[in-house]
Order: sequence, then C-alpha cells, then structure tokens
Amino acid sequence: MAHPVASTSTPALERTHPGLALGRLARRPESGSFLGMVAVLLFFGVFGGSSFMSAAGAASWLNIASEIGIIALPIGLLMIAGELDISVGAVIPAASLTAAIVSGHYGLPDWLGITAALGLGLAVGFINGLFVTKTTIPSLIITIGTMFGTMGLTLGLTVKIAGSTGVSLVPDPLTKEILGDYLDGMFQVTILWWVVLIAGLFWLLHVSPIGNWIYALGGDKESARNVGIPTKRLTIGLFMLSGFSAAFVGVSEVMVYQSAQVLAGQSFIFNSIMCVVIGGVLLTGGFGSIVGIVFGTLTFSIVNQGIYFTSLDPNVGSIIIGALLLIAVLTNDTFRQLALSYSSKRGGQS
Amino acid sequence: MNDKPAILELKNVNKSFGPIDVLHDISLRVRAGEVLCLLGDNGAGKSTLIKTLAGVHKPTSGQILMDGQPVAFTGPSDAQGRGIATVHQFGGTFPLMSIGRSFFVGVEPTKGWGPFKIYDRKRANEIAVKAVRDFGITRIDDGDRLVGGLSGGERQSLAIARAVHFGARVLILDEPTAALGVKQASHVLRIVNEAKKRGLAVVFITHQVMHGMAVGDHFAVLIRGAIAADFRKGEKSREEITDLMAGGETMADLEAQVEGYMETHEGHPPSPKVLEAPAAH
Repeated sequence: MAHPVASTSTPALERTHPGLALGRLARRPESGSFLGMVAVLLFFGVFGGSSFMSAAGAASWLNIASEIGIIALPIGLLMIAGELDISVGAVIPAASLTAAIVSGHYGLPDWLGITAALGLGLAVGFINGLFVTKTTIPSLIITIGTMFGTMGLTLGLTVKIAGSTGVSLVPDPLTKEILGDYLDGMFQVTILWWVVLIAGLFWLLHVSPIGNWIYALGGDKESARNVGIPTKRLTIGLFMLSGFSAAFVGVSEVMVYQSAQVLAGQSFIFNSIMCVVIGGVLLTGGFGSIVGIVFGTLTFSIVNQGIYFTSLDPNVGSIIIGALLLIAVLTNDTFRQLALSYSSKRGGQS
Repeated sequence: MNDKPAILELKNVNKSFGPIDVLHDISLRVRAGEVLCLLGDNGAGKSTLIKTLAGVHKPTSGQILMDGQPVAFTGPSDAQGRGIATVHQFGGTFPLMSIGRSFFVGVEPTKGWGPFKIYDRKRANEIAVKAVRDFGITRIDDGDRLVGGLSGGERQSLAIARAVHFGARVLILDEPTAALGVKQASHVLRIVNEAKKRGLAVVFITHQVMHGMAVGDHFAVLIRGAIAADFRKGEKSREEITDLMAGGETMADLEAQVEGYMETHEGHPPSPKVLEAPAAH
C-alpha cells in the first residue's frame, strides 16, 4: 500500500530555530513561576539589604523551602493527577509524636521510632488512596476526614501515653547528623533531602513512563483506565508518597527541634498547595512540572522569610503571597492557553 | 458482492437494563474493508449498541461472533485486545498532553534497562507523527504539540491513526463528525475511507445522513433499539433514509402515547421523563 508521505517530506522534529525555541520555553508550565521567583528575589534583594543576600539570609529561606518543598512535591504530583491531600497537616505532627514517643518516651532505638513514624505516614496515605479509589467522594473531603481522624488520635493517644501534648526526644548523634543537623552551622540537612526528592520525582514525572500515566490520570481518569493504566494502584501510590513525605518532614522536625508538639503542621496544608499553584500546576490537573513546583516553593519561602529583612510590616508578607497566588492562577490559565494554541508555522494559519 | 466472512457479527442481540429493554433483536455484521453505517436519532440506542460492541455491556441474550466464533468480552480491555477499537466523539481526551505522549499513553516506548527504563520521547513523537501523516494529515509535524491545540478533525484523525497503529481490526467511530465543521468533517471522512482501504472493518455511527452516505457500504437504521431498516449502498435515497430515521412511525406512536396518558391523568400531559424512559440507556 502506497503511503502518501515520503520520508523526505517529513520535517526534522528537532528544530534549532531560536525564535521558536524561545516561544516553546515560554509555554512550559514553569515559565510563570520562574519569572515570579526572579521578581521576588530582586524585590527582597533591593529592600532586604545585604543581610538578605548573605549566606545566613539564604539559609533562612532555604530551610523553610526544604521542609515545605518535601511536602509540596508529592502534593504537586497528586494535583497533576487530579487529586488533593489535606491530611499532610495532621500526618506531620503525628509522625513527630510517634517518633518522639517510641524513641523518647519509651527510649527505644531511634531507627525504630523513625520506621514507625514513616510507616504511619504510609498507612494514612494508603487509607486516603483506598477511599479515593473505592468511592466517588472527592479527595478534598476524604483527606479532610482523615486529617481530623489522625489529629484526634494523635492528641488523644499522646495525652494518654505521655501525659502532655508535647514529647521530647534527644536523638543519637548519627540520627541527628542524618536528619536534624545544620551544615555550616545554618543550613538544615533537610535541604539535601529535598534535593534528593527533587531528583527522584523529576525522574518519575518527566523521564520514566509512569510520568505519562500521572498526566493521563489528571487529564481524563476514565480514558486513562481504558488504555490500561493501573489508575487505582497509581492513585494509592501517590497518596502513600505524600503521606510518607509528610511523615519524613515530621521526623526531621523532631530531630531538629528535639521535641514534638501536637499542634504543629497545620500551616503546611495551605502553604504546600500555594507553592504548587504558584509553581504552575493547574488546579484541574493534567498540567505542571517538578521544576515549576520547586520555583513555586522558593518563591513562597523567599517572601515568607524575606519580609523580616525589610522594614515592612511582616503582615505585608501575607498580602504579597496572596497576590502572588492570584497572579499565578491567572497566568497559569494564560500559559495553558498559549500552550494549547502553540502550533508550528503551517498550523498557525488555522 | 462482498462475500468475505464477517469479522464482527451480532446475532439476535437483546440488551435490557432491569425492566427497560434497550436493544431488541439486533443482528449486524461487518466485514474487513467495509464500512457499516449505523444511523439513528438521539436515544435510538446507538450508544448502548456501541458499548455492547466495545465490551462495556454484555448482551442480555444473543451472540457476538468474531471471525465466526462466538465470543464473550469480559470488559473493554478484552475487546481491545481482540482488535476492537472505539474512537469517541472528541477523539484525544488528554488536551494538555503532547501528541507523542497521548499517542502512546499506557504503552510508552522506553529505552534503557530494568528499573531505569526511560520514556523515549523522540521515538514516540516520530512514530506518532508518521502514523498521522500516513493518514494524510500532513499539517501535523511536531509530536510535542499539545493535543488540545489540534482541530477537532485532527484529533479524530490522531485517535483513528492511534487505533490502527495498535493493531485494530474493527474500528468503532462514535459520531466522529458530529461536532465538526464541513471541511473538518470531510477530513475525517477521507480518513474513514483510508482505514477501509487498509482492510479494517469500520462501524460508523452517525445521525448525519450525508456523512453516512459518503463512506458507508452497508446501512442499518436504528429506531428505539431495533433495526428498522437494513440495506446496501445505493438502495435508498437520502430522503428515504432521513424519513426512516426521524420515523413517521415514532411520531405517531408518541402522539398516541401522549393522548393515552392525558386520558388517564385528567388531561395532564406526561412529563418528559415518562416518555423518554423506554428509550433511556
């Protein structure tokens, strides 16, 4: 059978046209968040003075960014897949307290407390995933439910076991070094763990074939299932990843501060979602990138900490973050339109 | 005429959901290199029929045969595995994915080994673009373009090319031209002809008689879940087919039903639900 297209007429897929390359760059999901990050960096670079630009200044927002970032990355994957996870806000203190009670209150080895805490995160994630895949209830509602459940259990059991709402833990030197130390006296070791997670999830989403499944899941769950993607296993896996990451942050917090409080971690719920949205992930799912989420996290943390380096009222920081979020949602929409209208030269005529 | 054995055949298929009969005694056959055009108005049972062919629904009674052998699909993926591909009205359903990625979704080409297999973007894009261009859609030349940026006709073409690439023998096209303009629709019709030339059996579902007549070899008109007419190309005129589809008979039935209802309900006309119920699916 004669095919109408000869191989010579197939245009080269890899183009080197500079204008097009720039145009293509502008349509990537992380472009908007990159511009936002540069803007806030310049703003606080000018108004924050030299101390903001110093190593100590950088450490203050990088430390914050690493903790939020470790949670924002899996939350971002969930949002690309069309789901939300609110329960991280309760998993963080629950994991902190589990580690503190097992290793601090009962004096068992640190690794046992850490394993128990991480296992708890995985379990909450598994329950979330199971409910989301077995029912038609939106994940927002389900994870609010599991958040309150986890919170109540944490509070109740902590008071019952330890007799107070705070438990202290003095970690072994090795544990402290791996999870709770400061490099150069000011950079939390969590930053390195964040980098590891960035690399791992970049590989998962953009390099491995599973990334394609995540995008497809967020694009259209029904069609994704029809083409044979194991949508249920994938969803449960993503929820377990976010539960695990939240528990990891909880564990590293207890190693850094050497005590665990029942009411820590609530701020992470909205902060992580904001980082993801500022990072260019669409609320409707199906679009976003790891690099974008990292930019979004950095942007958020720079504003969050940078405000203390200026002479401005710290409350202005919240206003800036709120404005950034709205701008991000608007530009995300614009960038998506750009991405959709993108076509090579001949297609542009239609 | 065409005396090749049918690839897909329905024999006296009935389908009911609880007390509601949706399909009555449907017998159809479609051969390789032939387009079976299924015409029917909204609510005639077309989508139930498609879902039965695609393995979503099991017939309540009757047989489905492939290559003369009775088969029972366990689900849509079973039907797909046997070479039955369904393309829906809006074609590609992942508007924010690139052409290459959506073409290979679920069966991504990889390179590397073991757990370090990576998605081979370049190869995916090349194969996807070539498959679509082989169907005559030469405007698609970049596999990184997002599916949502394509025209409706191009999306349909992409979906059909995808089905053919993955070895479909029977192509079920659900209203492929319904949402398209005149020019785009003619694109899709050309592609249906190309699929037919390649020896696929095509089931083309539409309510647009002109589109059906442009590609169909064999026609079946579906009215309220039953085949009201079954004829070959050239046996009926466009007007005759349109009349059949609109069904003078159905209109008369409806009027009788409304009158009957009003007599027993103190002159109140029935709610639309009551009238639609028998045809619901």
